[in-house]
Amino acid sequence: MDTSKYLEIFIEETKEHLLELNQSLLQLEQNPGDNSMLDSIFRVAHTLKGMASTMGFNNMSHLTHDMENVLQALKNNEIQISTTLIDLLFKCLDALENYLNCIIENGNEGNNDYREIIYELNNLLNGSASSKNINAKPVTNIGTYKTEPQTVKEHPTANMKISQYERNVINKALSMDMNVFKVTVVLDKGCLLKSARTFIVFQTLEKYSEIIKSVPSVEDLEDEKFDFEFSVIVITKENADLLEKELNSISEIEEVIITQIDSSSIEDKAESDSKEADEEGQDILNAVANIIKEKSEAEDEAAATSVTSRKAKTGKTVRVDIERLDVLLNLVSELIIQKTRLEGIDVGKKSQTFTETVEYLERITTSLHDAVMKVRMVPVEAVFNRFPRMIRDLSKELGKQVILTMSGEETELDRTVIDEIGDPLIHILRNSIDHGIEPLEKRRELGKPDAGRIYLRAYQDGSNVVIEVEDDGQGIDIEKVKKKAIEKELLNKELANSLSEEEILDFLFRPSFSTAEKVTDLSGRGVGLDVVKTKIEALGGTVELETEYGKGTRFIIRLPLTLAIIQALLVMVGDEKYAIQLSSINQIINILPEEIKLVQDQEVILYRNKVIPIIRLDKVLNVVKKEDKPKKKLTVVVVKKGDKLSGLLVDSIIGQQEIVQKSLGKFLSGIKVITSATILGDGNVALILDVNYLT
Amino acid sequence: MDVIKNSEEKKYLVFRIGEEEYGADIRKVTTIIEKNMSITRVPRTPDYIIGVINLRGDIIPIMDLRKKFDLPEIEDTEDTRIIIIHIDDILLGLVVDSVVEVVNLTEESIESLSNFSSNLSIEYIFGVGKVNGRIITILNLENLIKLEEI
Repeated sequence: MDTSKYLEIFIEETKEHLLELNQSLLQLEQNPGDNSMLDSIFRVAHTLKGMASTMGFNNMSHLTHDMENVLQALKNNEIQISTTLIDLLFKCLDALENYLNCIIENGNEGNNDYREIIYELNNLLNGSASSKNINAKPVTNIGTYKTEPQTVKEHPTANMKISQYERNVINKALSMDMNVFKVTVVLDKGCLLKSARTFIVFQTLEKYSEIIKSVPSVEDLEDEKFDFEFSVIVITKENADLLEKELNSISEIEEVIITQIDSSSIEDKAESDSKEADEEGQDILNAVANIIKEKSEAEDEAAATSVTSRKAKTGKTVRVDIERLDVLLNLVSELIIQKTRLEGIDVGKKSQTFTETVEYLERITTSLHDAVMKVRMVPVEAVFNRFPRMIRDLSKELGKQVILTMSGEETELDRTVIDEIGDPLIHILRNSIDHGIEPLEKRRELGKPDAGRIYLRAYQDGSNVVIEVEDDGQGIDIEKVKKKAIEKELLNKELANSLSEEEILDFLFRPSFSTAEKVTDLSGRGVGLDVVKTKIEALGGTVELETEYGKGTRFIIRLPLTLAIIQALLVMVGDEKYAIQLSSINQIINILPEEIKLVQDQEVILYRNKVIPIIRLDKVLNVVKKEDKPKKKLTVVVVKKGDKLSGLLVDSIIGQQEIVQKSLGKFLSGIKVITSATILGDGNVALILDVNYLT
Repeated sequence: MDVIKNSEEKKYLVFRIGEEEYGADIRKVTTIIEKNMSITRVPRTPDYIIGVINLRGDIIPIMDLRKKFDLPEIEDTEDTRIIIIHIDDILLGLVVDSVVEVVNLTEESIESLSNFSSNLSIEYIFGVGKVNGRIITILNLENLIKLEEI
């Protein structure tokens, strides 16, 4: 089968499933008793197994298969949840992720078969097998049924033992005028997927009946631990012919033998049965009687929840290439521009209908624009959900207990920002665990709780999204930073004392500046915060640091809601309109021409007791002015680049506007003074100035 | 280039700048528009880049071929057009005096430039084609873009 066209879907879905697996595992670790988590893990493993084998990724399907075995044993309480087990499952997850990455890169799963993990999985199972035997319920031998001798010989599984409890159920069923059959199915010798066939047989039987016993056990059947035949006892309202007909319609089945079980075929010991078994039996019978087609209630419920949870995942989303959204956004922008033109058309006496239509059009286009922008938004959850696992691993590695509390995962950011923000956050989180949270002994000494806490919060603040990373660790020693800065000759001693706390903390964001005394695997190599800062600034955001020595540190990252739309100030230079990104503007001031002084051939002004350079935009941008009357007042836009201020001299201010950023294209990519362009309401293009380059 | 392809006919868009007729491979032409929209000047570009326009949401740089080919400037007329070409992710508009027609030319009928003189720098010219006695200078659009990336 050519599966290549499904590869993309497989990759996307596997990603989702692995994510779910990750979350469920983490939750299971915290609440080992949570069966719904176990169910969801089991479901994911099962789905992955199916998907992988369909795609022909055999190593992957082997691994998930063995995972499934262990999980099944867990569900049956044959083994208990332990740290080793969770660790092992995490290892499986990593292995699966590696397979997936390999598939993404090379189109095949690679050769790593993770033998050791599979070996460990099986070890766990075998370890449980012996204990299982001890704990196994006592089985009463009640003899065989009236079956033809040669059948017994031929079909060893048909010669099954029936426990007291099961016999009880059978008797009840018979007393309720239901049929009890023993069905022995012999699979074709050439059958390749025995467990799959068995599954189909079970499903078919479950449509019409209730299966109360199977030999070998269901787990063994799923693991293909049987030859080619198995027997089940079913309770049904239907007759044997129907079952036989249905079963025979399944392919790769060699033989179906159905024998009726009546009261004479089992010894009547009902009287001596325990009350408990009786009640249980009654339950099952009720279930059979009421909803013959359904499974037992518990299973039914589990199935129902699994269906709903899956619907929530797949039913509501559509995957769309981001480029298509860009096209859509372009079209919407175009529509808005045309609408603006329509508004401006002078059709003599504008009829009321015309005005109304244009107004209505305006409302629609505005909503349409909002809707399209929203489509590009992705909850930060997409980035956040990999952190719990990372924190877990790091805290184990460093021997520190850490509790990560996340909030605001539903906060939305533009897709492009989401894709970029992951790495900086990882850096900061690592920093917090490695440098922030103290070792256990020290925490105890300080009277802090054993487990360090890290808070990861996201929330919207106006047109920004704020992401905070806070820890209750040791904080940053300002004096140490100061000392280090002096050591590195970034600062001289006299100046050091005049700097504010903020200014000193800013040194942490300088390249190759690390105060950690020992270098660990994680951080302390002096690469880090400067990278974080660069990255976040490239996204149009800012990063701040607040710290209290001994109490903790907080990183505050502010990001624009979207990259495509920015707040900008439109200014006139000569006859030309230019946009300046609002986030880089400090203030707009009016000055008198004589306030401009010359210092070493550079025009400067005094601004808040600081000397800042003046940049005449008309000169820098070669704007040809028709008339150059000396003005009485000059407008200066004070912009900041890092902590450096400069004044941009403009002719007038048009105002603040939300603008859509558009690339100038490759052809003009070499122009440094312009970052990009935007289309104004009248359809004209305005250029966005690159403040960092100008100053 | 292989022989079979040489005898294949290709379509060329013929346009006029001054007295001369030029041709551009029609597969590289996206659209032809009138030059009636406002053009935003882009600072720090050569003078033949007269600015950028907004064409259906795309920002497209515009090159004035008269300026590029060192021909005297003229006023825009009713026939002035912008030919939008698309090569390797780059959109570029070329201002021409007028657009004439589309002609079919085989590659073998396009002579290389060695036996022909033109006031154009040789790297922008692919060759010269003849149609009914008219001489059409076929432009090398790739070089026009590549050599001019700013």
